[in-house]
Amino acid sequence: MNRFDYVRAGTVAEAIQAFQADPKARFIAGGTNLVDLMKYDVERPERLIDITRLPLTAIDAHEGGLRVGALVTNAAAAYDPRVRERYPILANAILAGASAQLRNAASTGGNLNQRTRCYYFYDTATPCNKREPGSGCSAVGGVNRIHAIFGTSEYCIATHPSDMCVALAALEATVQVSGPEGERSIAFADYHRLPGDDPAKDNTLQPGEIVVSVDLPENGFATNYTYLKLRDRLSYAFALVSVAAVLDLDGDSVKTVRFALGGVAHKPWRNRDAEAFLQGKPATRESFRAAADLVVAEAVPQSENGFKVELARRAIVRGLEQAAAGTPQSLSDKRIQ
Amino acid sequence: MATASGSARPATTFDITLTINGETRKIAVAPWTTLLDLLRERLDLTGTKKGCDHGQCGACTVLVDGMRVNSCLVLAVMKDGAEITTVEGLAGLAHQKGTNTLHPIQEAFVEHDAFQCGYCTPGQLCSSVGLMNEGHAKSRDEIREAMSGNICRCGAYTNIVDAIQDVMQEAGR
Ligand SMILES: Cc1cc2nc3c(=O)[nH]c(=O)nc-3n(C[C@H](O)[C@H](O)[C@H](O)COP(=O)(O)OP(=O)(O)OC[C@H]3O[C@@H](n4cnc5c(N)ncnc54)[C@H](O)[C@@H]3O)c2cc1C
Ligand code: SF4
Ligand code: FES
Ligand code: FES
Repeated sequence: MNRFDYVRAGTVAEAIQAFQADPKARFIAGGTNLVDLMKYDVERPERLIDITRLPLTAIDAHEGGLRVGALVTNAAAAYDPRVRERYPILANAILAGASAQLRNAASTGGNLNQRTRCYYFYDTATPCNKREPGSGCSAVGGVNRIHAIFGTSEYCIATHPSDMCVALAALEATVQVSGPEGERSIAFADYHRLPGDDPAKDNTLQPGEIVVSVDLPENGFATNYTYLKLRDRLSYAFALVSVAAVLDLDGDSVKTVRFALGGVAHKPWRNRDAEAFLQGKPATRESFRAAADLVVAEAVPQSENGFKVELARRAIVRGLEQAAAGTPQSLSDKRIQ
Repeated sequence: MATASGSARPATTFDITLTINGETRKIAVAPWTTLLDLLRERLDLTGTKKGCDHGQCGACTVLVDGMRVNSCLVLAVMKDGAEITTVEGLAGLAHQKGTNTLHPIQEAFVEHDAFQCGYCTPGQLCSSVGLMNEGHAKSRDEIREAMSGNICRCGAYTNIVDAIQDVMQEAGR
């Protein structure tokens, strides 16, 4: 790790000021992503601004939904009785990620802002446009089994590794941020970005801005939901493909549906056309297959990750079936029903 | 706001207070010192192991304010004021109650042959205590899932789950 200075902020305003005084500083929360990257010399901040003492550790009722403070740990959010009852898809997605130890340390804001990344990003001996803009992408034509199949560019094909964010995309949460220019709200779909020709930027947060909360809307789809995560081992591994699906049914037909995919793009991946197609259709395997086909029609696989196209297609169908049946994927019984 | 001794130049150390296994200590740490390195290299508490140093194996698991975390990814300076329990403190906690015995989870690991080389064991023990403090995992499958952050290269997993179940059943009685 490089040598750096350390300051501890007591308020959001202090944290923003500390950044303005030193734009090469980085905020640190749980540290589970930042410290890891610093140990590889991928991140070399001159100063860390410790934001763990900011008063952003509560989960409060907010406009019919819940406001989850940015410093609420992933474990505290997942086990909060209100989250479990009203937003079980969020609890399940969080608990499908990382390990108990990591979730005890990781924060809500940190989870959103963990780097979109791949193995080459960690390896400073190799070219990587995200780490070193203009150096090239080692994964295109390289070892790319874990990489993206949607929304890629020739500059970067990395995936955003968060499980929590896939559920937040399906729930259509809102991200509240505070910064030098004041406060603003960002719709979840607009928070993370695609790589385009500027993969160094993972999201739309501006320099000096802090995530203060993630707001959950009133409808938590607590009856018809699932978070289905497919990976190389049954726990403590990143998703190859995951799907967060929520539904409202009107008898046997689909009234509202939203589904987001993880492990397949630079951000949680939604396809509005496929969602719109399902509206009013019978909630059957046939409908779900047709919707999944619409989604994967846009897939652009790399040399080694073609399997993800079929895996995504089947995961979407199974996820929508689980959600429609009200039988969400169990976290501990790993059989996929 | 706490800054680097208020000066423009980075201070190399910060004075922090940690209560480690019941003993309160004032320590000067460089900000880049992880809790794991502080425990092992400075305080001679070498029970806590370094496996991967990247949050991937769980060998460095300790309890911070009763919660299990990977000490390799924790900067010690950020935990100013916290209570830390390491594997050395598990039996120590029992000592303080005058029982002078191993922690029940340590007894159970011996009883169930829940280790071979023992390298992952301190992390497994602290993680087990953290799991029981959390109180969410009940069934065997749930314990397996909640212990997945602790890798055991010797593959003692089955016996580790047996040991945890045993202690949970004793406590429930
Ligand atoms: C071995 C391992 C396995 C993992 N497996 C999974 C998995 O399966 N699924 C999954 O979803 N995740 C997984 N993770 C990632 C983990 O979820 C993230 O590391 C964690 O959520 C990051 O949160 P943090 O608070 O520790 O962030 P930090 O490391 O503190 O910060 C990460 C970034 O976010 C910025 N930041 C933090 N808080 C804020 C804020 N409030 N406002 C603005 N910027 C902020 C920091 O400046 C930094 O750039 C894994 C991590 C490890 C190490
Ligand atoms: S995929 Fe993105 S993160 Fe990976 S090497 Fe290419 S540019 Fe870097
Ligand atoms: S040494 Fe900390 S998790 Fe491996
Ligand atoms: S006992 Fe050897 S690694 Fe677990």
